[in-house]
Amino acid sequence: MTTIDLTINTDLVRKILTGFIRTEITRMGFERAVVGLSGGIDSALSCYLTAEALGPQNVLAVRMPYRTSSPDSLEDAQKVIDALGVPSITIPITEMVEPLFERFPDMSAVRRGNIMARARMIVLYDQSAAFGGLVVGTGNKTEILLGYTTLYGDSACAINPLGDLYKTQVRQLARAMGVPESILTKPPSADLWKGQTDEGELGFTYAEVDRLLYLLVDERFSPEECIEAGFTPEFVHVVTERIRRNQFKRVPPIIAKLSNRTVGYDFLYLRDWGT
Amino acid sequence: MKLTLALAQINTRLGVPQANLEKHLALIRDAHQQGADLILFPELSLTGYVLQDLVPRVAHRPVADDPLFAPLLEASHHLDIMVGFVEEDRRSRFYIAAAYLSQGEVRHVHRKVYLPTYGLFDEGRYFAWGDAIQAFDTRFGRVGMLICEDFWHASPPYLLWLDGADLFLFASASPGRGLSQDERLESARWVDHINRAYASLFTAFVAHTNRVGYEDGLNFWGGSAVYDPNGKVLAQAPYHEEALLLTEIDLNQLHRTRYRLPLLRDERTALVQRELNRILGQRQSNSGR
Repeated sequence: MTTIDLTINTDLVRKILTGFIRTEITRMGFERAVVGLSGGIDSALSCYLTAEALGPQNVLAVRMPYRTSSPDSLEDAQKVIDALGVPSITIPITEMVEPLFERFPDMSAVRRGNIMARARMIVLYDQSAAFGGLVVGTGNKTEILLGYTTLYGDSACAINPLGDLYKTQVRQLARAMGVPESILTKPPSADLWKGQTDEGELGFTYAEVDRLLYLLVDERFSPEECIEAGFTPEFVHVVTERIRRNQFKRVPPIIAKLSNRTVGYDFLYLRDWGT
Repeated sequence: MKLTLALAQINTRLGVPQANLEKHLALIRDAHQQGADLILFPELSLTGYVLQDLVPRVAHRPVADDPLFAPLLEASHHLDIMVGFVEEDRRSRFYIAAAYLSQGEVRHVHRKVYLPTYGLFDEGRYFAWGDAIQAFDTRFGRVGMLICEDFWHASPPYLLWLDGADLFLFASASPGRGLSQDERLESARWVDHINRAYASLFTAFVAHTNRVGYEDGLNFWGGSAVYDPNGKVLAQAPYHEEALLLTEIDLNQLHRTRYRLPLLRDERTALVQRELNRILGQRQSNSGR
């Protein structure tokens, strides 16, 4: 098996990411941020980084439990709030989503999960307006590449500090920043239904898939070279197909080109234009 | 002869030359008060880096009546200045350029020759290639300027060396990338290695000024540094933070190093020319894997 080392220098990453959050929020005319805290490791880390970047008083942590959400999730989120001293608000989404669930009683767990993720997005963006802060995202590189995310749901944000860190690296940085132990060690879960775990749903562990993604994406290995490096053909096939099928989640809606100058094709500016 | 360099490791505002000009003038005043003889700004210091469709809006010509260059030329009566800008030529081609200003005059303009158009870079889409690599005379001796990707290739520094440059002025807007356990990003480590190598191989001074700040998700890592003809780091600015780094260099070090290590004396330029002619004359021999 090829040696793959995903270890990062956490001091360096911490400096770059806090600088990124501070710069990219203040240059848009804001001083504050809003983070949805699920009780999981990704949102905990985003909250730690944002609090360090802007000062804890400028970060609003929002907890958005559903009726069946695990009580541990709420508690773990509370640990982050207490440790950082950030203001917080708890807004259950149960009353928002249940009427739609009742209207379609046969709705699949995935549909219900997507609705919950999008209801949380609505709450978060409303709190963004109320608190006067930008929404800081929590999606990591592994879930972005695998498309393990709800479009316009948990993936919606103004800036994303974690999007170029694999889950394995998120764990490393979260540990270095002092995220509570119970959050570091529990199995990752979207907590959209009882007993759901990321690794159960995906069918492989983050530790395994991160190593494969690193070869495919960062090291530009072909699928054949990954198999030569020791991964099974089935696993390589499943993962490369997932990456391909989910490209639509990684791009803005495609625009049909008609004119000589079209947004996205030949009307090209950074978001930071003029700042 | 001793000379005090000031490396202005700045952040810039994207596509707002007037705001960047004011920052330049303030730092030029600071550097002058601290006794600097020459201040060096990074690549595209007057405009910011990822310009895309802002290119035609921020382009200037390095002439006395240009509103950006007039105050810079005025300031160059106090100390020499290297600035980065977008140059539009008379036929409206746009270049990434660096100008050397001294005593109210534009002494030299270098247009970036190597425009990275791969990976995260897209310079070739927006800019024209420069077509010259030339050293030039200053009141501190003969100098050469290169911009970022120019010195990722070995030939431009080599040409400047043969053209008489003893002080290499390198300007970058280098996006940080490449994570590992190392305390530096891969891009920072790489640039440090090659600059140290150029100073050592050419027994010359290298002053590299890189910018800091963010543009969308890109971070610029700074770490501007000065190397002496022994390849030793004389001074280095911090990573990822603005800084005005002042360093005195003793040009007489050239005399001492080059007597000990006469690489310039022994360079077989006629042989290089002969072999280059031969190699470039038989095209198929250097192509393919």
